[in-house]
Formats: sequence, structure tokens, C-alpha cells
Amino acid sequence: MDAQATTAAPDPDGQAPVPAELQPVLGDVPTTVSIDQLVGHPSREQLVDVVRRARDAGYWQCTDLTAVDQVANANRAPLPEGVEPERFEVVVHLMNFEQHRRLRLRVQVPETDPTCPSLVDLHPGAEAMEREVYDMFGITFGSHPDMTRILMPDDWDGHPLRKDYAMGKIPVQFKETPADQEHRSGKGAR
Amino acid sequence: MSVTEEHVVEDLDAAVRGLHDSGAVLRLSQTEAEAREGYQEPSDEAAGERMVMNMGPQHPSTHGVLRLVLELEGEKVVRSKPVIGYLHTGMEKTGEDLTYAQGCTNTTRMDYAAPLFNELVFSQTTEKLLGIEVPERAQWIRMLMCEMNRISSHMLFMATNGMDLGAVSMMLYGWREREEVLRFFELVTGLRMNHNYIRPGGVAADLPPGWRDDVLRTIEPLPERIDEFDALLTGQPIWRDRLQGVGVIGTAEALALGATGPILRSTGYAWDLRRDMPYLRYDEVEFDVCVGSYGDCFDRYAVRLQEIVESIRIVRQILDKMPKGDYRIQDKKVTPPPRARIDESMEALIHHFKIFTEGFKVPEGEAYTAVESPRGELGCYIVSDGSSVPYRMHIRGPSFVNLQTLPHLMQDSLIADTVAIISSVDPIMGEVDR
Repeated sequence: MDAQATTAAPDPDGQAPVPAELQPVLGDVPTTVSIDQLVGHPSREQLVDVVRRARDAGYWQCTDLTAVDQVANANRAPLPEGVEPERFEVVVHLMNFEQHRRLRLRVQVPETDPTCPSLVDLHPGAEAMEREVYDMFGITFGSHPDMTRILMPDDWDGHPLRKDYAMGKIPVQFKETPADQEHRSGKGAR
Repeated sequence: MSVTEEHVVEDLDAAVRGLHDSGAVLRLSQTEAEAREGYQEPSDEAAGERMVMNMGPQHPSTHGVLRLVLELEGEKVVRSKPVIGYLHTGMEKTGEDLTYAQGCTNTTRMDYAAPLFNELVFSQTTEKLLGIEVPERAQWIRMLMCEMNRISSHMLFMATNGMDLGAVSMMLYGWREREEVLRFFELVTGLRMNHNYIRPGGVAADLPPGWRDDVLRTIEPLPERIDEFDALLTGQPIWRDRLQGVGVIGTAEALALGATGPILRSTGYAWDLRRDMPYLRYDEVEFDVCVGSYGDCFDRYAVRLQEIVESIRIVRQILDKMPKGDYRIQDKKVTPPPRARIDESMEALIHHFKIFTEGFKVPEGEAYTAVESPRGELGCYIVSDGSSVPYRMHIRGPSFVNLQTLPHLMQDSLIADTVAIISSVDPIMGEVDR
């Protein structure tokens, strides 16, 4: 089976069919489909309203919230018309417990102003996840009550999951230890 | 017990407001609090009795390195805050440096009590991006291994939960049963933990000869042992007194805080990804979703105990239904050639070499899949840029999200009860910190 051929082709119009329950939720928010998954692309200003309407429409839980630093992505998928690509993307997964369906929202966050409105007022469970995004990407969330580092030490410099943050590497020396040398020369009684 | 839509939505709004108003989470230092508008000096009486205390990170009942900052009023917990990160090793960053073929060795180390689920969710997401479906037998082998893993993980919970509450004999029994399951894992995968057994494209090796007997030998004594646990704990008045009515949470609060798994089910809301959004072949086996009714520590204990029984039931059905066939996909893009071919064919050797050094390329795109791990929804979000290394690999660890329920469960409880509550949330710190 050819793996390449079976991935979902991008929608030619850039707009995906939206299920009835989501039409009032998403309104004029551009959508795409990414491998069977409907993705909304709200702007930062629209985000909180979309999530509020989604919650009223049955998407009760903010299951996951994370971010992606797209600065080094050479093959970035095209965004629908009217959505300006930015360096950061905040990715939210909402869960509909009645329809057993997920909704993904991708919000573009520019490098020059890495802020995003907080979902904590609607979903208290987003608190730790937003702190993690702040810690790892340096994106601050507007009305978050406690915008501090969560995983890294408080005095840490930089935000590790940014693509321009180098991986620390410790050089490994492949050198024999004195015990090995002894063993090889037959002195050791091992 | 069914919950109607209206009922929850209405509750949800109230629950969110309630959670915000309750102020269970200790968020600010004294200096920060004073700098805020509308700050009121606490009355001398209350201030004199309030005390902020650290519990952990080195504390036997914090399951590793969880630190809790507790604000106490005498014996009573007013506010609290879990402080995490002591086990953070940047595994999501590491994941951006490992090929898809190597990725499972990284994710398997996150939730070390349920490593096979981590491998499964990473493999599933990769396969979704590749657009491949693994063979039937591989699906069932994965299911068998995961259900066995659920048993071992819940057994570990039984052990630590017992130990935290002073039922030390339970600790020995729980570890014993878990060890039996790990012995089976060692037979199949070669390792007791961190197996790297489930891989993109299938599983690493077929089940060894005589695996049926090994499975039966492992699960057959369990029902009797579970009856013993029942006699030892469930009906015992001390156990009930320590757990019943302690750390209560409602359905709407649990949903609002992002809690999944046994915590959500203990509130009476039947939500299980295996049944509600089936993956693997869970739609072809019969099992019940276990729910509690009060959402207290006792329900969370009882739900997990029952889930062991259900897992045994699923394993028995898998034994009957295990199909013959390939244990991994025969797609040359993803699967290395069989070992024997390497000796006779130069192309096979090159192919083998390329898959293990360069890895296989995954088409660009993004995907999220989730599985029901013993602790809740374990999700994996991968962004691919078309190379053989994930551009971004994110794991949604259930323990990390579930930990947010702690301050709400603990509010107004006694210090002694915090131990029971931490234990009943069953956090695995490797997954919390990643």
C-alpha cells in the first residue's frame, strides 16, 4: 500500500463542510479538514467566543491545549483564505461528549506579540495546559490567574520548545577507563 | 446512570463559576496578593491560625516527586497547589529529535506504569498520518497487551492505595499480582517495562509459542485474588471510613477540570473511549463501563477494582478471537525486511539499514488520536513536515490534567485525607512532568 497516496487531499475551496450543530458555533470562522478532523481557524479575538458557543453546543471539555512553533517548518500546510500564517499556533482540542466528536481549533499567534486570550474562565481545566504552553513557548494567556512556569525551574532562561532553542548536548568520550585497560592487558583477575 | 444533556450544560456553567469562586487553588504569594487590588488583610484570628506548609516532593505518599503547598487552618486544608516539574526531562523536545521508528522508545517512558498505552498512542498517530491500517492480528495483539497492562497498572494502584492508607498487606498483594503480569510482558517483549513493543506498523514480534497458556496462567488466579481484596478492603469498616465521602467531585466539575478516566467515571458519568470512540477492535468485544455514584475516593477505588474484572473479561474474549496472520504491516516504507532476508539480499540489507538510521518519511500534516489509558484520555498530537522526524510531538498526559482536581478535592478536608486523595487520583509523575 502506498502510504503517500492515502492521506487526505487538501480541500480545493479551503472551506470544509461543517456539521449542522457546529454552523452557529463557528460562524464565519474558516475551516479545513485534516485527516477526517474538522479544524477551525479562529483569530485570537474570535477564540473565546467560539469556545463559549462550542461549550454551549455540547463541547463540554477542553481536552487538550498545546502550541506549535512553525518557524522551521519548511512544508507548512497552507491555511485557508483570510488566515495569515504566524510563527506560533495555539492548538485546542474540544470534546463533544454527546456526539462523540472532537473539534480542533488552531489560532495563529505572532512572534512580535506572543499573547493569546485565556480559556480558563470557560474551562478551568485549561489552566495547567496554558501554563505549560507559557513555559515551553513563551506565549502568555490574557486572563490566566497564575501565568508562571510549571515544568521548568522559575529562574530558567528561554522557552525550550521553541525551535530556536538549542538542544543541550553533553559530549560523550569513548575512552577506556583504567579498569578496562587493566582488564585488556590481562592484569585484572576478572 | 444517564446524564441528560441539559442537566450537564446547566451544571457545567454553575460548576465553572463554583470552581472559580471556591478559591481552592493557592495561586499567589503573599507579596503578589498584597499588590493586587481589593486585597484585604486577613483578620488577626484567621491569620494566626493559617499556616502554609510543604508536603513533598520527598514524601512517601506523593507517588514520586509531587510537591503540594498546603494552606492549613489547624488540621483543615483551606487552599492547596500542586507543584510539579521535578521529573521534567523535556521528552517532547527529545521527541523532535527521534525518528518515528525510534519515537516509541521515548514515549514509553512517560507513564511508566502503563508503557504500552504510550507506545500505542504514538503508533496510532503515526499510522494515521501515514494513512495505513495495521493487520488484524496486530490489532488484537495490541489489545491483549493493553488490557494486560491495564490490569498491572490497576494492581499497582491497589498496592499504593493500600499502602498510603495503612493496609500494608495490600501493598504486598498488589505488587505480587502486578509482577505476574510483568512476567508475561517479559516473555512477549523481552522487558518488564518500557517495552518498545508496539511500533508504527504493528508490533515488534509475534506472540511467543504457548502464549495462550501464559496468559491463562496469569489471569486465572486473579478472580479469586480479587475476591480476597474485596474481603480485605471493600467491606472493611476502617477502609470505608477512610474513603467514603472523602474527596468528592461532581460530574460537571470533573468535566470542567478536564478530568477523564476513573475520576470522571466515579462521578457516575459513563465515558470510556474504548466504548464511545472505539479504536483497535474494542467494538468487537463485550465489556461494561464501570461507574461510581458519589465521586469520592471509595468510588474511584471501586471503579478501578471493577475495571480489573472487566479487563480479564476482555482478555478472555481476545484469547478466543485472536486471528491468524501478520503481526505487522507488509509495507516496505515502514517495515524492515525479515531478518533472514538480510543475509541473502543486498537490497534487504540496505533497506534495513535505511529504516533504522534515516527512518521512514511521513507525509506532512497533523493528527491527534487518543486512547483510554488506565488514568484517562491519553492523547498524542503530531505535526509532520514530511521528514522522518516529527516536527512537533505532544502527549496529552491524563495524569497531568487530572492533577488539577487535587486542590478542589482537598478543599476543607483534613491533612490525613490528603494522602487518600492523592492516592485516589493515581498520578504517575513521569507522565505529569514528561
